[in-house]
Amino acid sequence: MTMLFDTIVAKTTANGTSAINVIRISGDESFSIVNRVFKGPDLEKAESHTIKYGYIHDNEKVIDEVMVFLYRAPRTFTTEDVIEISTHGGNFIANEVLKLLIKNGARLAENGEFTKRAYLNGRLDLTEAESIMDIVNAKTYTQLNLANKQLRGDVHTLVDQLQSKVLDIIANIEVNIDYPEYDDVEILTSEIIMPRIKVLQDSINNVLKEAETGQVIRDGIKTVIVGRPNVGKSSLLNSLLKEDKAIVTNISGTTRDLIEAELNLDGIILKLIDTAGIRETNDAVEKIGIDRAIKAIDKASLVLLVLDQSNHLTDLDDTLLELTKNKTRILIGNKIDLGNKIDLKHEKIINISAKNNTGLDILSKEVKDLFIDEKIINEDFGVLSNTRHIGKLEETKLALEDAYKACVASLPVDMVEIDLRKAWTSLGEITGQSTSEDLITTLFSKFCLGK
Amino acid sequence: MLLKESDFMYDILVIGGGHAGVEAALSAARLNNKTILVTGNLKMVSFMPCNPSIGGPAKGTLVREIDALGGQMGINTDKTCLQMKMLNKSKGPAVRALRAQSDKLEYPAEMLRTLEKQENLELLEMYVNRLVVEDNIVTGVLLENGEVIKSKTVIITTGTFMGAKILIGNTSTVQGPDKQKASVGLSEHLRELGHKTYRLKTGTPARIKTDTVDFSKMELSPGDNFAYSFSFEPQHLRVLDEEWPCYLIHTRPETHELIKANLDKSSMYSGLVEGVGPRYCPSIETKLVRFKDKERHQLFVEPESASINEVYLQGFSNSMPFDIQDEMVHSLPGLENAVISTYAYAIEYDAINAQTLWPTLESKIIENLFLAGQVNGTSGYEEAAAQGLMAGINASQKINGLEPLILRRDEAYIGVLIDDLITRGTKEPYRMLTSRAEFRLLLRHDNADLRLTDYGYNLGLISEKRYQSFNLKRDMINRVIEDLKDTFVTPKKEINEYLISKGLPRIKVKMSVYELLKRPDVTFELIKDLFGFDYETTKEAEEQIEINIKYSGYIEKAIKEANKLKKEENIKIPKSINYEEVHNLALEARSKLSEIRPLTISQATRISGVNPTDIQMLLIYLKKSS
Repeated sequence: MTMLFDTIVAKTTANGTSAINVIRISGDESFSIVNRVFKGPDLEKAESHTIKYGYIHDNEKVIDEVMVFLYRAPRTFTTEDVIEISTHGGNFIANEVLKLLIKNGARLAENGEFTKRAYLNGRLDLTEAESIMDIVNAKTYTQLNLANKQLRGDVHTLVDQLQSKVLDIIANIEVNIDYPEYDDVEILTSEIIMPRIKVLQDSINNVLKEAETGQVIRDGIKTVIVGRPNVGKSSLLNSLLKEDKAIVTNISGTTRDLIEAELNLDGIILKLIDTAGIRETNDAVEKIGIDRAIKAIDKASLVLLVLDQSNHLTDLDDTLLELTKNKTRILIGNKIDLGNKIDLKHEKIINISAKNNTGLDILSKEVKDLFIDEKIINEDFGVLSNTRHIGKLEETKLALEDAYKACVASLPVDMVEIDLRKAWTSLGEITGQSTSEDLITTLFSKFCLGK
Repeated sequence: MLLKESDFMYDILVIGGGHAGVEAALSAARLNNKTILVTGNLKMVSFMPCNPSIGGPAKGTLVREIDALGGQMGINTDKTCLQMKMLNKSKGPAVRALRAQSDKLEYPAEMLRTLEKQENLELLEMYVNRLVVEDNIVTGVLLENGEVIKSKTVIITTGTFMGAKILIGNTSTVQGPDKQKASVGLSEHLRELGHKTYRLKTGTPARIKTDTVDFSKMELSPGDNFAYSFSFEPQHLRVLDEEWPCYLIHTRPETHELIKANLDKSSMYSGLVEGVGPRYCPSIETKLVRFKDKERHQLFVEPESASINEVYLQGFSNSMPFDIQDEMVHSLPGLENAVISTYAYAIEYDAINAQTLWPTLESKIIENLFLAGQVNGTSGYEEAAAQGLMAGINASQKINGLEPLILRRDEAYIGVLIDDLITRGTKEPYRMLTSRAEFRLLLRHDNADLRLTDYGYNLGLISEKRYQSFNLKRDMINRVIEDLKDTFVTPKKEINEYLISKGLPRIKVKMSVYELLKRPDVTFELIKDLFGFDYETTKEAEEQIEINIKYSGYIEKAIKEANKLKKEENIKIPKSINYEEVHNLALEARSKLSEIRPLTISQATRISGVNPTDIQMLLIYLKKSS
């Protein structure tokens, strides 16, 4: 409901590979929120401007070993209570911690929001106003537009349905409260509400599962296999396709640019583009030329660059390495059964033998790690709004659990309704709809009340 | 032209003597302002043209809030009630609600006595035609007889009287409720001054002669035998030897047949009605049209007065011609031979767009003009009274150069009511519902005194004596709660035996009595018994102690949210702000903000069409210009 004084959280280190990530949380509830997920000294009792060591945990599950830097208002960056959590590197861990903090009541900060708070709280100089306004302004419409589009259509529908089911229960309880003497409206009791909450909990778990896997898994990762002639591209393709787990769909296309094969590596779908170039000839690069390789690489989100471990790097290998250096790529050392001649100082090579079907599991794992680390998605917005949405869904889940617990503890239904309302507004923060007018409209359209 | 102090005959002039008008006039006079109440018929002050019942969910809390601020409605209801009933007793404390059936004749009579006794208050029976306005400042009113009364402030509380039309069947008559004369010309004049008005519609059912009703065919719905009172001062409650009950009946299939067959004769469906009716209060015709599948509708038969031979038929409001109404009533159980004493009617009237008001209920267009009550688009006596009280208080604060009293949404239903009206506006008659209050758990009827008595006292509307007894109660509650936190109980044999004897689970570890009281089914009564506490608490104080401990988890969460809201309310926006100077506002936001002119950032966030980004822009602008 309010947004100016809620507690905000964000990763302050840039996306990418780094040894440490820093997550900053600012606002009145910083200490209580972090304390709930922190195993170690009691942060609410700790002194300001100190560092504590401990673990971030989600109930039983330990997420990371961390250092927390405590800053109590007002001598802090935003002048509010601030905690900075140093986690281990990698986006995966940082995102897990972020999600956990959102679930516990923090809101994902918008771009520049810490700075903006610092400014509004008189911490920054007046001359900085313009630049902050630029930050706020720049994100305005792109972000707002993206926020809702980020949610896939079908997930959106699921969230909508879920929200309207919650609203039905709330409206019924409201009618019971505001019109207690109407005998023709069902009187909701804990016994009636509990199974309905269970159903909602099941749906939210499904939505979460759907949302967690994200767009990339559903749509697949556009992948291209490149390499100089005779490195074993087609045998790699064939052994990948031969894998029991691999589901192959041949998609008919009129041009060679279309995705031609889809394979499922442990739940992650790779959409292989330009397989024609591989299938038709062993001589892809020579025959079609480097231009075609560039085009294919350009279109792909993931490049599998195949090298030959039985030989040293050639000029063509070097060209391909150079061409793909800014892409998300996996270097594959094929023919490991025949030698181990290539060793790149700064980059990992996944060694396999396509012929003997060895090392393919390591390759799968590498793809998966890249996906989880979100290196495959290069749009920051996607990552952010996804985290936000999932955080909101987790918040909903928690509220539904509270509602259920309240029923078990035989609290009055209007207390249960407080938790349900929390679930409803959390969902509304995803869909953008949860005004009290919506509730009142539902109330009067579903129930016949009058004087 | 600047008027001198001596040019004014009055400080505050109130137009209209309904529920809003009397509260406005009384609070103004009690705050030592020279006050005059101008109304069409003094016998009809604060009369109840619809059902003679006061309170109920949300509305009952409004009455308690009015009482805590020093208003009259709670006391007047207690003095004239025929029945008192606590609703939602099986639900949680936040939604429990007191409702009274009041005597329709005694209520206005008692109110008139209070008005007549009030110092600083004059009463005048007259209609007002126009306002006297100079340079967009109101300076008085022009009466129907051509006389002018000069007053520093004017409060309009004309209810449903402005441009009123009574609709029955295919007839439309210029008339106010209960055959009173309509107020003609005033709304036209307000439009000339720049206030937008719109048509609203409401209605009331037929009244039946009591001696023609066969109550044996109806289900009895009794009250609680005067166990509760609205006012903090319980001495006002009148306890009758015998309580007047209500009765419950249902419509029959033949009722529905009759209505369906004659639908075209109803004003509602003949095209006569232009006004928007309330969704929560549909007429019986509308209920049948909108809920076709419902086989029956519930109706209540309520007592109107100890001294008239008349009952009220709640749930049966309509605008059918008289002959159809007779048939409809005769189709109901127990009313086969009933005689209608007053027929049902629909009423249409002019309301003003409350978005043209400041949160003090002062007009943004005409200075020193306040509007309160049904004229602002609300429905209900309680909603009207609450606004009247606030308008009276704020008119007084204004002319005495004092800070206005604007209640926040987390402080009072009154705050929710006024904020909704002036910030979001309404398209239908606005009724207070508990679902409108996001801080419902904090805004209980049982703690209205704790929330608001300080305000009432600081204004000067609560007597020293009452304030002292209030403080005793407050201190007692706080002391006992602290005590219970510091008192511990160990799993001793006698403790557990006692718990088991009461059918409660044993305790296994040492805990504070405070924690013990949080358990389901553990009451304060039981704790007193178990530990032999002899606190000198009242029933009301004990209720507070129990609620505050039992629901502390939920209450603390709500308080946390409320604190955020409070902070946003503290960021003020100057009245003089020029939104054209605020960079990067979206077009819609700029126009909405310029129209509503919110006084705080919090209020700005609640305007539809104003997005978070617009709020950021506004904040940055405010910071820069500060």
